Amino acid sequence: MLQMRFANLRVPGIGVPANPSVETKPNVFDFVAIALLLGMAVAVASVARHTFAPLSAPGATEIHLDPAYLPAYAVRTTLRMFAALLASLLFTFTYAVWAAKSRRVGALLVPILDILQSIPILGFLTFTVVFFMSLFPGRVLGAELAVIFTIFTSQAWNMAFSMYQSLKTVPSDLNEVSRGFGLSSWQRFWRLEVPYAMPGLVWNTMMSMSGGWFMVVASEAVTVGNTSFVLPGVGSFIAEAVAKKDLWAVIEAIVTMLVVILIYDQILFRPLVAWSARFRMETTAGAVAEDPWMLALLRRTRLLNRASRLFGDMLTSVGGLPLGARPTSRQRVLMPGRVGDGLWYGMLGIVVAVACWQVAVYARANLSWHEIGHVMLLGCYTMIRVVTMIALASLIWVPIGVWLGLRPQWARRAQPVAQFLAAFPANLTYPVFVVGIVHYHLSSNIWLTPLMVLGTQWYILFNVIAGAAAFPGDLLEAARNFQIGGWRWWHRVMLPGIFPYFVTGALTASGGAWNASILSEIASWGSTTLVATGLGSYIAQATTAGATAKVALGMVVMSFFVIVFNRVLWRPLYSFASRRLTFS
Amino acid sequence: MDTAMHAPILQEELVRVRECRQAYHKESSADLVVLDNVDLTLHAGEIVGLLGRSGSGKSTLLRIVSGLLRPTSGDVRWRGQPLTGPAPGVAMVFQSFALFPWLTVQANVELGLEAKGVHRAERERLAEEAIDLIGLGGYENAYPKELSGGMRQRVGLARALVVHPDLLLMDEPFSALDVLTAENLRTDLIELWSEKKLPVKAVLIVTHNIEESVLMCDRILVFSSNPGRVAHELTVPFPHPRNRHDPAFRQFVDRIYGLMTKREVEPPVDTAATTGGMPVRAFAQALPELPMNLMAGLMETLADQPYRGRADLPLLAAALQLELDELLPLGESLQMLKFAELAEGDILLTAAGARFVQADRDERKSILAASLLQNLALVGAIKSVLDERWNHRARAERFRDELEDHMSPDYARQTLQTVIGWGRYAELFDFDEEADQFFIDDDDD
Repeated sequence: MLQMRFANLRVPGIGVPANPSVETKPNVFDFVAIALLLGMAVAVASVARHTFAPLSAPGATEIHLDPAYLPAYAVRTTLRMFAALLASLLFTFTYAVWAAKSRRVGALLVPILDILQSIPILGFLTFTVVFFMSLFPGRVLGAELAVIFTIFTSQAWNMAFSMYQSLKTVPSDLNEVSRGFGLSSWQRFWRLEVPYAMPGLVWNTMMSMSGGWFMVVASEAVTVGNTSFVLPGVGSFIAEAVAKKDLWAVIEAIVTMLVVILIYDQILFRPLVAWSARFRMETTAGAVAEDPWMLALLRRTRLLNRASRLFGDMLTSVGGLPLGARPTSRQRVLMPGRVGDGLWYGMLGIVVAVACWQVAVYARANLSWHEIGHVMLLGCYTMIRVVTMIALASLIWVPIGVWLGLRPQWARRAQPVAQFLAAFPANLTYPVFVVGIVHYHLSSNIWLTPLMVLGTQWYILFNVIAGAAAFPGDLLEAARNFQIGGWRWWHRVMLPGIFPYFVTGALTASGGAWNASILSEIASWGSTTLVATGLGSYIAQATTAGATAKVALGMVVMSFFVIVFNRVLWRPLYSFASRRLTFS
Repeated sequence: MDTAMHAPILQEELVRVRECRQAYHKESSADLVVLDNVDLTLHAGEIVGLLGRSGSGKSTLLRIVSGLLRPTSGDVRWRGQPLTGPAPGVAMVFQSFALFPWLTVQANVELGLEAKGVHRAERERLAEEAIDLIGLGGYENAYPKELSGGMRQRVGLARALVVHPDLLLMDEPFSALDVLTAENLRTDLIELWSEKKLPVKAVLIVTHNIEESVLMCDRILVFSSNPGRVAHELTVPFPHPRNRHDPAFRQFVDRIYGLMTKREVEPPVDTAATTGGMPVRAFAQALPELPMNLMAGLMETLADQPYRGRADLPLLAAALQLELDELLPLGESLQMLKFAELAEGDILLTAAGARFVQADRDERKSILAASLLQNLALVGAIKSVLDERWNHRARAERFRDELEDHMSPDYARQTLQTVIGWGRYAELFDFDEEADQFFIDDDDD
């Protein structure tokens, strides 16, 4: 069902023959699209050649600060990104499906996923680097895999979670239709479940990519204890520029990344999001947004269109293979097998107990109570930073977002910009700020703080814009009619209306800020290193020193903070908002 | 008149359901019985209707017949063989249409054929045939969201018919459509059936619309609720096409109304059922979702011209443009509160009901309060718990739990919601949604 049958959606008003399958002569759009595809293929091939080289090979890890190298670096960074994306998709289609299909397995896998979602992913680097480097000692491949795995950890969880939730909420009538017609489990999966999950999955993939860019840039030049590597890419380019104090090169890298993200956004994700809209469950033909130009281009091509249709038909027949079990009638039972449950959960209990014991033993050998207390205190410092920054960002972006959202003309233009900015890896811009802090001798404890929301504040902005744009017009008119103005207008009319959207945005922003703190609480420029006291810098320093126990402790504490934050603040706010403050 | 009788005895038997029982097992209490001791036999050549109120288990029975659901106990046979999975010769049409929004009309229709492994060319031919038969020609490449409700249900029909099923199951197929569209689709369907153009041998249709069942079916099984049982079985003696305005037709409809409003069980408050002060049966009475204003409106209408305290239910339903499924719960709730009585397809306003209509707003509140306390054990229980408490607050959960011992969680929630609405109208108590608590506001006293 993954096929892109662009032919089925006809774009009116263009010279497309009534039956596109009749005419297959290539048209001008074909040439444009084919040129794009060829370009990508060449880029992939040239990068693949380098991957198997030994790390010590001349030029394998040398970074040139010459802008001529930047395009090639950008391609390599992008490919790492997509390799990780592929892995994430594989993970999503196995882990999430398994969790959804088996009640017992789900009882274990879902909480794990929930925790993994909240863990600061940057901390994973320590473990993955050591693991993959030992797998392919001295090869570029090992380092590449380590980086790809790290990016994977930033993408996979929420994609899997979205898939799981979709699978759990497949409409019962559609399910009955498929079972009634005797579709096998394999057919049901591709005909019903995957299409139903598609919009959520595409949206979450897009969100994941934003986190992924951040990670890829951060993990290309890494030092973990004695192991250190540099992989050619935009991230390592900027690391080199920082080491050489070359501000101009930093700016070049930023511009390159802007272009890369613009291309990826325009060529891949806009079309994908627009295409996935057809899988939405809404049954009314709502206002249809205009096709993004790339999708329109693909739909207008003749040759490619035909090829994609052939490909699509092929996928359709694979999805239609009569694999898996035929449906049987369901016995509605509210009391599932007790004995099996007992065995399963008993076994889980033993495994968990053993794991806890192991952790306790390890912690006793490597950590002291004093250390733990110290890290908790650092966690509090970082928490104060996160809270302050989210509050400040809200103060700034909520009014702006409302202003934009209430003006459809502006909202339509601002929305993609805000999404774009959220996808941009903010850590690329850190050096620019660091230069300022170094130059003016500012306090790093205070002035490094804003860096953590640099990338994530945009989530607040674009959610608030969406909320304000969706605010019912009649309520606005009523407010104007009763002359509700000033503070009362904000307090009684607008803020409750956008609150659910704001919570979504702020939740995402705060999660991102925790993660970013690992990068933003420690920064360097040439030989100068700025450190802000906090949990983020603790983890970063422990990573560089290769102190595994400390990294683990730091991650556990940060996960603890994030999870408590979610449970105590965001979840109650979220459920309050969806219970009381939604228009239904 | 010869087309009227499909003479079921001579035709082959398709479905046989014997002593079917469907119950939901619950912890710490008796099972919740949805269907109890239901027998059903379907022969080729007949349209059979399952008529009943929501919650009478008729949709559950339909799913049992289709093989989607296995009953708790009982014997289900499809062409003489025990049924263990979705029967191959059965296709279903849904109230919600259940179309795949990402598939075109054509692809939706072909779905069942695909699952059967039918070749592409054959698939396209059969789909074309079904699409034309059902009047969808020209819409093949449309997506469901581009279609109106009526056209969507036609897709649902075409999708079911394309596999040439022996039995067509229809789960309230017209109740999501407006009156005119529904009529249009019904007529088309009956026409195809009479002309023997439908590639099916029998139809089983679930409905809560009495006229619809008399208009379409050869045989009607009338279900009673709580638990679902077949209360009556009727053979419809009219040939197709049937005329709604034929006096014999009207009489038949009236008769079913009469059957459905007959008191089957003891009235809600029954002294015999009282154990330890609280009548269990009455406490467990599931209440429909009815705002008091609607009930007051019905009483006012009844008291006024031309009814003057007594109305024929089918006529009243037509005049108020209410469906049976809407009017009957209304009447029964009024009966429960002793404001009206149902008898032989009529509704009569009682003295208490007349007094309510005459009263001003405050008097109405006190009349309703008295009636609620007297006739609804649940209201009495809530009120007495609130009176006992020093802060006049009580968690709603305990009442919900108690209700769930006797009904499904959905009905329990709905019942509590209705009680909250009525209690507020009568100013007996108030409800704090955030805290999920009943309370009495002291300031008002």
